[in-house]
Amino acid sequence: MLHWLWLVPAFPFAGYLVLALAGARLSRTSVASIGVGTVGLATLVACGVGLSFIYSPPVNHTYSQTLWTWISVGNFSPKIAFYLDALSLVMTLVVTFVSFLIHLYSSAFMIDEEGYSRFFAYMNLFVGSMLTLVLADNFLLLYLGWEGVGLCSYLLIGFWYKDPVNGRAACKAFIVTRIGDTAFAIGLFLLFTQLGTLQIQEVMQRAAQQWTAGSSLAVAASALLLGGAVGKSAQLPLQTWLPDAMAGPTPVSALIHAATMVTAGVYLIARAHVLFSLAPSVQLVVAIIGLATLLLAGFSALVQRDIKRVLAYSTISQIGYMFLALGVGAWSAAIFHLMTHAFFKALLFLAAGVVILAMHEEHDMFKMGGLRSRLPLTFWTFLVGAASLSALPLVTAGFYSKDLILWGAWSSPSGSTWLWVGGLVGALLTSLYTFRVVFLTFFGELNHEVSYAPDIRLRLPLIVLAVLSVVGGFVELPRTLGDRPLFSNFMGSVLPALEHVGGDTRTELALQIIAAVVSISGIYLAYLFFLRRRSFATGIAGSTVGTVLRRFWFGGWGFDWLYEHSLVKPFVWLVRANKDDFIDSIYDGIARLNEVFYGLLARTETGKVRWYMTGIAFGAIVAIAIAVFL
Amino acid sequence: MILAWMIIILLLGGVGAWAANRFSALWSRSLSLVALSIDLVLALVVVASPSRESGTGQWLVQLNYNWIPQFGISFHLGLDGLSLLLVFLTLFLGIISVLCSWNEVREHVGFFHFNLLWILSGIIGVFLALDLFLFYFFWELMLVPMYFLIGIWGHENRIYAAIKFFLFTQASGLLMLIAIVGLYFVHGRATGIYTFDYLQLLGTSMSPAVAMWLMLGFFVAFAVKLPAIPFHSWLPDAHTEAPTAGSVILAGLLLKTGAYGLLRFVVPLFPDAARVFAPVAMVIAVIGILYGAMLAFAQTDLKRLVAYTSISHMGFVVLGIFALNGIAMQGAVIQILCHGISTGALFVLVGALDERIHTRNLDQMGGLWSVVPRLGAVTMLFALASLGLPGLGNFVGEFLVLFGSYRVNIPLTVLATVGIVFATVYSLWIIQRAFHGPMREYPKLRDLSPREVGITALLIAAIVWLGFSPQPVFNIARPSVESVIQNVSEQRQDNPWVVGTLGSSGQGGTP
Repeated sequence: MLHWLWLVPAFPFAGYLVLALAGARLSRTSVASIGVGTVGLATLVACGVGLSFIYSPPVNHTYSQTLWTWISVGNFSPKIAFYLDALSLVMTLVVTFVSFLIHLYSSAFMIDEEGYSRFFAYMNLFVGSMLTLVLADNFLLLYLGWEGVGLCSYLLIGFWYKDPVNGRAACKAFIVTRIGDTAFAIGLFLLFTQLGTLQIQEVMQRAAQQWTAGSSLAVAASALLLGGAVGKSAQLPLQTWLPDAMAGPTPVSALIHAATMVTAGVYLIARAHVLFSLAPSVQLVVAIIGLATLLLAGFSALVQRDIKRVLAYSTISQIGYMFLALGVGAWSAAIFHLMTHAFFKALLFLAAGVVILAMHEEHDMFKMGGLRSRLPLTFWTFLVGAASLSALPLVTAGFYSKDLILWGAWSSPSGSTWLWVGGLVGALLTSLYTFRVVFLTFFGELNHEVSYAPDIRLRLPLIVLAVLSVVGGFVELPRTLGDRPLFSNFMGSVLPALEHVGGDTRTELALQIIAAVVSISGIYLAYLFFLRRRSFATGIAGSTVGTVLRRFWFGGWGFDWLYEHSLVKPFVWLVRANKDDFIDSIYDGIARLNEVFYGLLARTETGKVRWYMTGIAFGAIVAIAIAVFL
Repeated sequence: MILAWMIIILLLGGVGAWAANRFSALWSRSLSLVALSIDLVLALVVVASPSRESGTGQWLVQLNYNWIPQFGISFHLGLDGLSLLLVFLTLFLGIISVLCSWNEVREHVGFFHFNLLWILSGIIGVFLALDLFLFYFFWELMLVPMYFLIGIWGHENRIYAAIKFFLFTQASGLLMLIAIVGLYFVHGRATGIYTFDYLQLLGTSMSPAVAMWLMLGFFVAFAVKLPAIPFHSWLPDAHTEAPTAGSVILAGLLLKTGAYGLLRFVVPLFPDAARVFAPVAMVIAVIGILYGAMLAFAQTDLKRLVAYTSISHMGFVVLGIFALNGIAMQGAVIQILCHGISTGALFVLVGALDERIHTRNLDQMGGLWSVVPRLGAVTMLFALASLGLPGLGNFVGEFLVLFGSYRVNIPLTVLATVGIVFATVYSLWIIQRAFHGPMREYPKLRDLSPREVGITALLIAAIVWLGFSPQPVFNIARPSVESVIQNVSEQRQDNPWVVGTLGSSGQGGTP
């Protein structure tokens, strides 16, 4: 069964090709069946591969499959080859499964759109590229998938291309992530030059053999890879593109900008964990970036009016948690949170999509309200997702994954109280902004009469994802609650377990209780501010300090403004100023000079014999003078 | 003899196409296609059965006749992997040029095809000549018909552009002539054999200063053709004003003769001088990458924009050649091919767009995607090739160049990589301004016709093939690249990697 691995990315690519070449001539039904069907087949094959991997594990718990040699020049010989281990298997399953559900959802959600086949072509291309990314056996192929998903993100953000705002957001996303990719590319040049290979496992082995911990090469290499990860995963300082990326259709936000692509940076770091372990200073930077991002984005999420922008900031913030986990060496906790986040964030986006559809493209939460009774299924599933995002204790997946991260931040050798406190503040913010959305959207008075019955293709993914947002956490029960770390054990063949130095089971329990209290009080505060006593919230927001802070947070802490004025505008100015290329004017000058001399010489051609005589006489005198005196 | 025939067929085909116009324009078009196809078949014959008796070492086929023996001039042609690839590119883009002028060129059709085929035969001559005098002859042969092509069938400002093009290339060509004659005498004085033969001139010993001056003579001529900063300013005018076929040939082929000259003459003839000069050349290359991309982004004339991108992309070629190692040089070779295809394609598409909306001004475009989606999609694909998207050929070229140059000079490599971000900016700018955004009022526009679909399908197939399975190209180019590298690094034992690993490179191809 394992040798069918190549079919997993091949199916979506095939779907893409068919839709790209013939999509315009196909009916909507056939477009949907090709688009959803190929991803469904990929999911089935992935499940088969997964089962066979678990029940009859290959040697060393790794399996690789080479399709052909891509390039072979000297010792540079990356192959088109796939590599399967526990990490890439989990990623593959999450990607295929969530993609399939979102494709199914999209087939109904996008039904009235003009570019139906274009949409599915791009989505299939995305799934294929994402699977290539997670299954790549070498960094160059990973880079191919990496750029491929970036391209699809660009194409899908700008899906409604007639509005220049969308186009701008799309270009911004592509260019900002490409800045990170440049660092990534330079990192690859470094790795290959120093280690002589790009095959990921080989790179890790040789790095571990040749580089000592903290050596400058290890630091440089991991810092450069981090640059790529930061861009793709919208972490500080390259986070600005993600909120604008919400210009794309909602299923796109769910799939690309929440569940899969934006977590690619987390995957990359986990994949290269050997390298990062060799560079403790960079790892610390990862943790700090994660912490700073999760806090900043949490505050920004708190003041948004657009429901999708709240979720976008929330995504940035949650990926910040994953970076925090990676930074303290809790590798499998990061991947665990990646998985649960994929479930509940995709769910939240999809449910928000139904709300937006029902509200006729209204995104402003303050114009919603009371939708609980009109959209019951959407409400309940959204509530489950929100609870999971807020890490509601015991019953939600988000609780288990976030708890694992907080525990790692506390107890890891490189962890500290400060990292834990920061994460806890973030947790408070998370449940506060999440339930702000819940109360503003679904509770209170009904602002608009809504009657909308979602199609089964919209409802089914919501239900499945809601179930996963609850049960997805039970694969990893902490020591205090049953002690069944199935997920970490499974990952153990790839990712080293975290050594806990900062406390025993009793501390862990105490910390869990604190986290649980924080989560619930966040929900209560949201209830107080946004449902019970709206005047509280408006009062705080209306005060002088409140207004300033709200504006500042609303605009994403001024990063956009800063980049606009320090980078974009000077660049555009410089480029415009030199539009006609000053070098060309040098050549123009030479040409002009020739014309001037020509004009001067032409003047001597007067036709008057007297002048010519004078000229000849003068010339003769000069010639004689030269002959005599030199 | 097969090599001479490749040139002669095109020359005769050109005359024939001119004459055939008496009957009808269709005859001259078809005759041109036939001549190019025969050449293509001949090239394939060479690949299929390399006549071993006339070929030695890296040379698959050679042809050597005395021409003017008194001066040591011979009619010496030779074909190795590098020439073969470039001859294929020439014929491929030649066919594309004939096809894309099918509707655009309606006046003096016969003379147009005469010029077209004579340029192409000059280019093939340049890629095959192994006698420096003969090389110079072909170098000039390309020039005059190109002048006519721009001056007669060009756009509004064509005379200015044609004269500018002529002056730049002619002036630099004369520098090369001086260098050629200089080399002739240096070799003659040292050995007593006065010859223009490339293979004999290889390894001429001379003082470093003389070598440097002679090398610079060649370098400037090739740098103008490439073009490298600061000799680039003929290019935007020539490319913009030329008819579509002219732009395709200029960007796709004429620029490549500059790169070919660096690979074939500058580095092998003057290895020591080239090594000394390499850092300067790499700086020029990186400035070209960044500066060209910035100029491209500033343009509002779409054709001019594409023209400036050539400066940026050819910078990668120069960088790859002067990194002087196997990986970078192989990258430069494939970048030459991919740039020819992708930029050629962009010019074809801009030409197709101009035919429809009668403007090249980006400010007057917008929302074209909903009117001509196929044209939009194809343009998008080649814009993506231009920004170096993996899976398309240009990525392979640019990344190999960067992988190779990193081990030589890290800061310059980093700057060149930043150039890829710049490329992203201008490529997205094209799509955003022309195809996305609110739709403007257009008269009824036709999407790509079957002929145009055929042209673009060929180009797409080529660029995707080079993106996913470029190994055949590397295998063909390897002997040529190896000999250049060995030559240049003979005295450089401190870096055995350069030669060693190239020698041991695997035979890996597609299974």
